[in-house]
Amino acid sequence: MIDFTLPELGENVASGDVLRVLVKAGDTIAKEQAVLELETDKATIEVPSSVAGQIKEVKVKAGDKVTVGQIILSVEGGAAVENVEKAQKSAKPEKAAAADVAPKAEKVAPRTAGKAVEQPVEPEAVEKDEPTPAEARRAPTTPGPAPARAADKVVDINRGARQAVEQSSAPELPVAPAAPSVRRMARELGVDIDQVGGSGPGGRISVEDVTAHTKRLVTAMARTDGAPTAQPLPDFSRWGEVERQPMRAVRRKTAEHLTAAWTTIPHVTQHDLADITNLEELRKRYAKQVEAAGGNLTVTAIAVKIAATALKVFPKFNSSIDLGSDEIIQKKYVNIGIAVDTDRGLLVPVIKDADLKNIGQISLELAQLSEKARTRKISLDEMQGGCFSISNLGGIGGSFFTPIVNAPEVAILGISRARMEPVYNKETAQFVPRLMLPLSLSYDHRVIDGADGIRFLRWVVDAFEQPFVLSLQG
Amino acid sequence: MNSTQVVVVGGGPGGYAAAFLAADLGLSVALIDPEAKPGGVCVYRGCIPSKALLHVAKLLDETRHASAWGVSFGEPKVDLGKLREFKNGVVKRLTDGTGSLVKFRKIQYIQGVATLNDSHTLTVKRADGVDETLRFDHAILATGSSPAMPASLKIDDPRVMDSTSALDLPDVPKSLLVVGGGYIGLELGSVYAALGSAVTVVEMTDGLLPGADRDLVDILAKRIKQTMKAVLLNTRVVQMKAQAKGIHVTLEGEGAKPAGEGKSEGLAPDGGGNVQVFDRVLVAVGRRPNSSIPGLAATRVKVNDRGFIVVDAQMRTDEPSIFAIGDVVGEPMLAHKASHEGRVAAEVIAGENVAFAPRAIPAVVFTDPEIAWCGLTEAQAKHEGRAVAIAKFPWGASGRALTLDRSDGLTKLILDSQTERILGVGLVGPGAGELIAEGVLAIEMGANATDLKLSIHPHPTLTETMMESAEVFFGQATHVYRPRR
Repeated sequence: MIDFTLPELGENVASGDVLRVLVKAGDTIAKEQAVLELETDKATIEVPSSVAGQIKEVKVKAGDKVTVGQIILSVEGGAAVENVEKAQKSAKPEKAAAADVAPKAEKVAPRTAGKAVEQPVEPEAVEKDEPTPAEARRAPTTPGPAPARAADKVVDINRGARQAVEQSSAPELPVAPAAPSVRRMARELGVDIDQVGGSGPGGRISVEDVTAHTKRLVTAMARTDGAPTAQPLPDFSRWGEVERQPMRAVRRKTAEHLTAAWTTIPHVTQHDLADITNLEELRKRYAKQVEAAGGNLTVTAIAVKIAATALKVFPKFNSSIDLGSDEIIQKKYVNIGIAVDTDRGLLVPVIKDADLKNIGQISLELAQLSEKARTRKISLDEMQGGCFSISNLGGIGGSFFTPIVNAPEVAILGISRARMEPVYNKETAQFVPRLMLPLSLSYDHRVIDGADGIRFLRWVVDAFEQPFVLSLQG
Repeated sequence: MNSTQVVVVGGGPGGYAAAFLAADLGLSVALIDPEAKPGGVCVYRGCIPSKALLHVAKLLDETRHASAWGVSFGEPKVDLGKLREFKNGVVKRLTDGTGSLVKFRKIQYIQGVATLNDSHTLTVKRADGVDETLRFDHAILATGSSPAMPASLKIDDPRVMDSTSALDLPDVPKSLLVVGGGYIGLELGSVYAALGSAVTVVEMTDGLLPGADRDLVDILAKRIKQTMKAVLLNTRVVQMKAQAKGIHVTLEGEGAKPAGEGKSEGLAPDGGGNVQVFDRVLVAVGRRPNSSIPGLAATRVKVNDRGFIVVDAQMRTDEPSIFAIGDVVGEPMLAHKASHEGRVAAEVIAGENVAFAPRAIPAVVFTDPEIAWCGLTEAQAKHEGRAVAIAKFPWGASGRALTLDRSDGLTKLILDSQTERILGVGLVGPGAGELIAEGVLAIEMGANATDLKLSIHPHPTLTETMMESAEVFFGQATHVYRPRR
């Protein structure tokens, strides 16, 4: 006696519901003969037997939930016994892998469950247009000699006539018990009625059930929307020890936000160097004064003032897109966000009305906000309303990077570490050591064109090199 | 170039339902059909004329039976011309109606035959001989089906009829052979039997009306035995020859054995079977989809190997601008299915996210008694190995049935034994075709046996059999006593 177990059905399909059992005890089956019609959440699949012989027992019935590896039926005698054993042996590890992967995939993206994702299955196992054995068997009322004469033309046409009558009584069953109006509503909401739990007698689905189900879906979706796409992960433990940790709120938020920004904004990044040798002298000269007031005169603080002034000169950089109404929203205020690295992750406190504050005030406020961010005392209000962001990684190192625009803003300035470089001086025809600051400007190409981008960046460079322009144009 | 938002090719019950709804939804619509007015096979040469004749057939049967109630009319005289007039009058009234509905809705009706040029234009060969090219945003193909006439039965003789010519009532033949024991053969056979023909039905399978549950068919078969001369099951027509005295038909199978009576001419010369002679033959072996639409190849529309146009649940073909509905997209080939599909297509074109997703499509055979069913049949449930409960209410226990002197009826529910949900309804008896609508509503609404049982049905009517069959499910029917097990 040989058992036929449910083979692997395709990636991420670990189980299915038996729609129909196509064979019964006593039948003699051949290899590749369809024995089950299985409904998975991806597709309806006909499961071909990998064994041949006379069926002793069928261990599943319509409506059963079966999992990969479960015994479907057992046969006695027949050929291909050794093949069967081989097939079973090779099937086992695959089965384990499939069972392993599926739940994880579900966890990452619950909303893919139940959607009609294309599923690679054995080509012959997919339901075809032409009559399948199951369809042929749907003519149950014609036992006896009819099939034997099926070759005759008259018979063929009569078969057509018969099916006409038969199919009229054979809509797809079983189906969710819901009224046509409820089903139509579900469809309009994009909800699969078969996934809705019914609260009425016998599981009947009401309008309220559909609404409640939809709400749950939307909530679940909001949680995963914009999250990194959930491709099935390999089993990392195959290569060594791993540990799973929940994603923290800040991390998850960052992931969602940046994915959305990265996928919706056509980014362009331009780079330039600003000679801050003179600025650095000034900074050092006045650092003490600012420090006495409780602030910290940093390149970042100066950059905030420069950016704020630049937004006044280039108002296009102080805008947002409203795709819903095809409008560009121009802001008449200037708030600058500063990316701050904390042990919780990336936070972006906002300096409000930066254009109205002097560098000293900005230095002071920046020091306070950064401290609040690091000590988790910052309020949500203090991180909202930004018009433009600055990300300064210079404290750590690097030269140039491509910052991601902090949507719904349209541009961001990235600052890397300044370093001494030989710069050619035309007047003296000599290379002289200058302190050069790498600047990277990313912007939303939907609003800002390349020429505008480089004009903005050049203006910023000029401001770093000749802070006088701040008071000249700001 | 003349242009329209929606063009519907075919003015049958599917096509005009689609056109009318599309117009109601605010779209500009053109409707193309070879006939002068919308109606299609259903109105011109199908459902409607056959039902007009069946109504008269029923009257004839009742007058014959009336002597049992103390009323005698004598043998009825039938004026075929007048009967034809009545039938044609019904058709005219209906098509006049659809014709004015076209005008009210400002639909552009073009009488002619359409040829598709590409996915957005077609040319109509108009009835007046002019070619008219039309640009469309969306097309709905609703070209229907035609009676199938297998080559072996195709002999060029007016005495061999299909359903269309049989409805014209050329005469009342003394003997009529009906090839095919499906609903068309039985309905038209009943008409001719009532008019006085000796009708023989030959069916190649072992039962009439394949697809319907046997307990329903048995009740019909019993009555047919009285009204028709013979029903030959497991029998098929091998050959037909037109002779001066009649159509010589060679039969093979169970019914081919020379009968004791009848005009058996003995064995055929080739020894293959038994030859019988009939004045007329009606071939009703099924219908074929009219998918050979001129110019279809110029589009991406796909036709499957059974001749049906392939569509999705929204009735869209593989050509995004072209939809198809009705008989040409698949079985069941029924007018009410076509209309529903037509309305779905119109709504989809108007931008609504709807789909064809019925839970039950009723099937009705307008014989006497009528047979009707919807949803799951008992045979199907058995075949699928589904655990269902069957509740039957015989009409012998119905007061209303007895007042009609018709106890030959049965109402049957197929229920989910766990949830007591109604999955299927089967009916046989006079008026079954009207009663089945309640079954459709019950299934569509997901009703259970308790819902049906607790809905008060009017007395004395046949509808009570629906309520009481639900009571049978609980073993508590008022008019059926079932000892406790």
